[in-house]
Amino acid sequence: MSERKSRFTSLSGLDIERCYGPDHLKGWSAEQDLGQPGAFPYTRGCYPSMYRSRLWTMRQFAGFGSADDTNTRFKYLLDHGQTGLSVAFDLPTLMGLDSDDALARGEVGYCGVAVSSLADMERLFDGIPLDQVTTSMTINGPAAVLFAMYLAVAEKRGIPFDRLGGTIQNDILKEYIAQKEWLFPPEPHLALIVDSIAYCAAHVPKWHPISISGYHIREAGSTAIQELAFTLYNGLTYVEAAVKAGLEVDAFAPQLSFFFNVHNDFFEEIAKFRAARRLWAREMERRYHPRNPRSLQLRCHAQTAGCALTAQQPMNNVVRTTLQALAAVLGGTQSLHTNSMDETLALPTEEAVKLALRTQQIIAAESETVNSVDPLGGSYFVESLTNRLEEGALELFRKLDGLGGMVSAIERGFPQREILDASQRYQREIERQERSIVGVTEHREEDVRSIPILKIGPEVEQEQVARLSDLRKSRDPFKMAGSLEELQEMAACHQNLIPPLIEAVKAKATLGEICAALKEVYGTYREPVVL
Amino acid sequence: MTVAATPLRILIGKVGLDGHDRGVKLVARALRDAGIEIIYTGLHQSPEQIVTTAIQEDVQAIGLSIHSGAHNSLFPRILGLLREQGAGDIVLFGGGIIPDEDVPRLKAAGVQMLFRPATPMHDIVEFVNGLRTER
Repeated sequence: MSERKSRFTSLSGLDIERCYGPDHLKGWSAEQDLGQPGAFPYTRGCYPSMYRSRLWTMRQFAGFGSADDTNTRFKYLLDHGQTGLSVAFDLPTLMGLDSDDALARGEVGYCGVAVSSLADMERLFDGIPLDQVTTSMTINGPAAVLFAMYLAVAEKRGIPFDRLGGTIQNDILKEYIAQKEWLFPPEPHLALIVDSIAYCAAHVPKWHPISISGYHIREAGSTAIQELAFTLYNGLTYVEAAVKAGLEVDAFAPQLSFFFNVHNDFFEEIAKFRAARRLWAREMERRYHPRNPRSLQLRCHAQTAGCALTAQQPMNNVVRTTLQALAAVLGGTQSLHTNSMDETLALPTEEAVKLALRTQQIIAAESETVNSVDPLGGSYFVESLTNRLEEGALELFRKLDGLGGMVSAIERGFPQREILDASQRYQREIERQERSIVGVTEHREEDVRSIPILKIGPEVEQEQVARLSDLRKSRDPFKMAGSLEELQEMAACHQNLIPPLIEAVKAKATLGEICAALKEVYGTYREPVVL
Repeated sequence: MTVAATPLRILIGKVGLDGHDRGVKLVARALRDAGIEIIYTGLHQSPEQIVTTAIQEDVQAIGLSIHSGAHNSLFPRILGLLREQGAGDIVLFGGGIIPDEDVPRLKAAGVQMLFRPATPMHDIVEFVNGLRTER
């Protein structure tokens, strides 16, 4: 019988055949390539019993307006059964700027919460037991400063650092590649990341000092293979930097974490998680021969694909998110954020966020997909896809090696151009109607019904500016300036900066002041324009 | 009437701190492929930088992408700067994450066109080509 199309392809452009069988797995070995859950090469999952022992952490990324607004949202989410916190900062904070900086005008509290000082951080976590929840912070350029603030809050409350659990994203390479929020050139940024890794290894053992992220690479338009390859190659770049700085691989590798996107192609995405675990284990084993098996395990957070959502017929996004979330669960993620249906329009409302959280809870409680570990393991199709994703990623690894590593590849615009080209291919496929999006390319409705969206008022910025003005009047200016001088001296002679950063935030130096002081030492960065 | 001989120079850019440049680059490529001369500003431009570049490069229009929610502040500031510097004839258009309810106010302030998410590229190319005859 004739088929609907002459060619069937995965979302990333892989040709997909009618049916898969043993012929597609020649050379594949269940022992070598699949293994057992919780054992090398970890294709089937990091843990032997996976969700039978412990469900994934339900962690909704949240942040808007002032620290008090976000604190209220955190408590709402915890009250509704969320099991971990995840902080979204606003753009000025992500760029290391204070809320009263000229460049921050009109942006305070919009894409996340504004945190310019230790006092803001204290209000953000007011009444939240830092030794009982785990906190993820999506912060990269100024990650070390925000981490220092979090540690200072814990110290003030008398919570020992070894009881703090959480993650700072702290992945600067993907910023240069995709998300585009950096402060300094790559070398000092890498040094700061190694400082956080070393500090956590010594003092904050339950903290993940980095979350090596493919999410933003995918959102920028990459394929699944590019997401996998660039993310894992970035991870290996950080490991190499830490090892070169004198750290023992087993002292820090168990604390590394990853963060992936979950897009629409259900099986390709499941295969991506499986390929990521196997490829990481193999590369870490081959390069560093760690003694601790935890150094080989890729543990990850996942977030459903924001770029897959549509502004048209926003209710449809609930269904998309459900399918993506299910793929992440079948892929064996350790934690998950599900996007809200209104996120193509604005930050989500309380109701929309609750529905997104309930989506995860329904998968966990009702779908019975959590009973057996890696239920798709051994499927001819899924194993074949897993192999192809791993092979495709290795091919990109070789190209990156040929370019002299990731930093040099970024400076030449290689990953940026690869992603832009992939994004353009996808766009053209949509426009040629080779791919369909319900509500956009087909089943369109002219009558646009609007849904309620979250509004951020100008008073958020006005209040932040006033608070900063009070802070600057209330502090000891000599102590503050002294803390910044100390920080600059230690930066200049390549000392670990986490201790002087903690001192600086306690002396009430603001985020913007600290980052400006570091820019004097490190300089700034201008990206190569790739078009 | 066609005045296809008129060369079109357009500034395409990102204003403010927002780093989402997937959409803006695809738009820039599509316009370039349609034979329109594109000045691409790169990221993290202030309203002042955008206006200065637009005047220096003598462009007919500025197309800006904003995904940060700061559109209600950034577009009016750029329009104000254009008028102050005697460049009020430069057309301002944009796109990104801009809720429908903000669109009428921005258009009334002088933003000529705001493209919604998932706008087909040819609509944007057609709009920009239409600027030839308007001048």
